[in-house]
Amino acid sequence: MLARIKEFLGMETKPEAKNPEIKEVASEEEVEKVAEEKPKPKIGYIHLSGCTGDVISLTENYDILAPLLTEMVDIVYGQTLVDRWDIPEMDIALIEGSVCLQDEHSLKELKEVREKAGLVVAFGSCASTGCFTRYSRGGQQAQPSHESFVPIADVVKVDLSMPGCPPSPEIIAKTVVAVLNGDMDYLQPMMDLVGYTEACGCDLQLKVVNQALCIGCGTCAMSCPTRAVGMTDGRPEVNGDRCVKCGICYIQCPRSWWPMERIKKDTGL
Amino acid sequence: MVLGTYKEALSARSTDKQIQKISQDGGIVTALLSFALDEKIIDGAVVAGPGKDMWKPVPQVAMTSDEVLAAAGTKYTLSPNVWTLKEAARQYGLEKIGTVSIPCQTMGIRKMQSYPFGVRFVADKIALILGIYCMENFPFESLRTFISEKMGVSPELVEKMDIGKGKFWVYTADETLSIPLKETHGYEQNGCNICLDYVAELADLSTGSVGSPEGWSTVLTRTDNGDSLFKQAVEAGIIETKPMADVKPGLGLLEKLSKEKKEKNQKTIDNRIAMGLPVPYKASTEKEDPLANY
Ligand SMILES: Cc1cc2nc3c(=O)[nH]c(=O)nc-3n(C[C@H](O)[C@H](O)[C@H](O)COP(=O)(O)OP(=O)(O)OC[C@H]3O[C@@H](n4cnc5c(N)ncnc54)[C@H](O)[C@@H]3O)c2cc1C
Ligand code: SF4
Ligand code: SF4
Ligand code: SF4
Repeated sequence: MLARIKEFLGMETKPEAKNPEIKEVASEEEVEKVAEEKPKPKIGYIHLSGCTGDVISLTENYDILAPLLTEMVDIVYGQTLVDRWDIPEMDIALIEGSVCLQDEHSLKELKEVREKAGLVVAFGSCASTGCFTRYSRGGQQAQPSHESFVPIADVVKVDLSMPGCPPSPEIIAKTVVAVLNGDMDYLQPMMDLVGYTEACGCDLQLKVVNQALCIGCGTCAMSCPTRAVGMTDGRPEVNGDRCVKCGICYIQCPRSWWPMERIKKDTGL
Repeated sequence: MVLGTYKEALSARSTDKQIQKISQDGGIVTALLSFALDEKIIDGAVVAGPGKDMWKPVPQVAMTSDEVLAAAGTKYTLSPNVWTLKEAARQYGLEKIGTVSIPCQTMGIRKMQSYPFGVRFVADKIALILGIYCMENFPFESLRTFISEKMGVSPELVEKMDIGKGKFWVYTADETLSIPLKETHGYEQNGCNICLDYVAELADLSTGSVGSPEGWSTVLTRTDNGDSLFKQAVEAGIIETKPMADVKPGLGLLEKLSKEKKEKNQKTIDNRIAMGLPVPYKASTEKEDPLANY
């Protein structure tokens, strides 16, 4: 996996990233600098069963969007973005949305993209955990038999997972810079998260509180995009009716995984 | 590094008589948050504010020095301050948020800043994190139980609680009571027993009582942010300082307690790993620095 990212970004010849000290949210200058130094990766955007929120979040990086799209990457495939119907070879496929098992077109597109893309990124919680599409039970228009929506990792091999409902503009910017810099350390948690496909607010209880790990910090409640998490007597309390199963509360919890090295780098401590 | 990365260690206290009276130790947290508000370094601060039950704090967005002062003093129970950062950013619309946080809360905030997966537009609004030292924390029911059952006093009558000299202290209007800390063991939340951070190693500035005399605090300035705020406050006469070398018991005690906490909790981590239970930290055998916070 690491080898593949490095290979397609031409990292193997220069394993030390030129710009390893990128901090905080990528600034315009940083992005332009990276743009000048690296070959432009070919990116495809594949829209399966999601709400388009993920790509909108990407566009909210106003300060870096223009150089990102014009100088840093080549968008080679994507509904509404590129006038092209056959799937070309690409370096990175960003896949938004879960995949419907009854929808043969989506399944076919997903599998073909997997073959043509160097890296497949589950972009947003629908692609990585299924998110709110997990609640589907079919019986609705436009196609009542479309009932089973699963994270794309259930069907194809995924390289990076970027959950979020939607992923924040900041994590998208940080990840773009990390990919272009070949900063594997930053991407490691996203490789690990590929396996986290069955997410639920109840993970806070099952994987943190039940495991004697919770310390009542409130990070989960702060992170939940739907405000499904409250804190009662210093422990998270999840309102299942509001939970969209995006997985963010557990992912942000300091007791699920702990990126000390990166934090030290980012804070200079 | 047993105290994390820091620029300077000093003994310090607020010069304001009212803050000295109400605060837990040297009033560093209250003085610095008020100063940062006045100087517009922050435009609001998340603190452990008073709730409807005595000694059961509720995180609160303080917008004025008076509100910061009203939240002074240590409550030895959970106050999920990180939760309220979002309220500060959204409902209050703050662009520069300050907060006081115990080490594990600081960890939640820093992780969110480095990996803001699902957290939009909060990370860059955190302008100041004042960390406080923490050995352990208690669920409210634990605290209530040992105060009312072991010490025989109702929490409503308590004016101040403190930990020091190996004891848990309770002050009422006319009594000072204490029990050995040993008596509180087993009442702390279990998650604290794998905590490897005593002195808020990732805060902008950390403070606590240990190392300094009564009424004074030990301050560790860490980031440029924290260091410059502290210097400005000293310059403005809001805070007075003494070199650590001149005070008793001194920095050695802080280092000793931090090391003890880390060593004890690393053992718990190792035991959990041996049992196959999840832990977000490494086994001692896999660590270069056995005292590091990971
Ligand atoms: C659970 C706990 C354990 C501690 N253990 C130690 C220790 O072992 N050794 C040591 O030296 N110091 C410890 N402290 C820190 C110490 O008690 C003082 O809080 C610290 O010295 C700050 O004092 P001050 O006079 O500067 O702050 P003050 O001016 O009194 O302000 C204290 C600030 O802390 C906030 N606060 C109070 N309770 C909590 C809470 N539960 N969670 C988050 N914020 C809170 C208040 O809102 C206030 O803003 C502990 C604090 C807590 C909360
Ligand atoms: S984020 Fe904090 S409060 Fe929430 S489950 Fe994790 S440790 Fe507990
Ligand atoms: S509780 Fe909130 S953050 Fe957690 S999975 Fe549900 S919707 Fe997502
Ligand atoms: S001991 Fe650690 S985990 Fe427990 S409350 Fe204090 S900082 Fe948090």
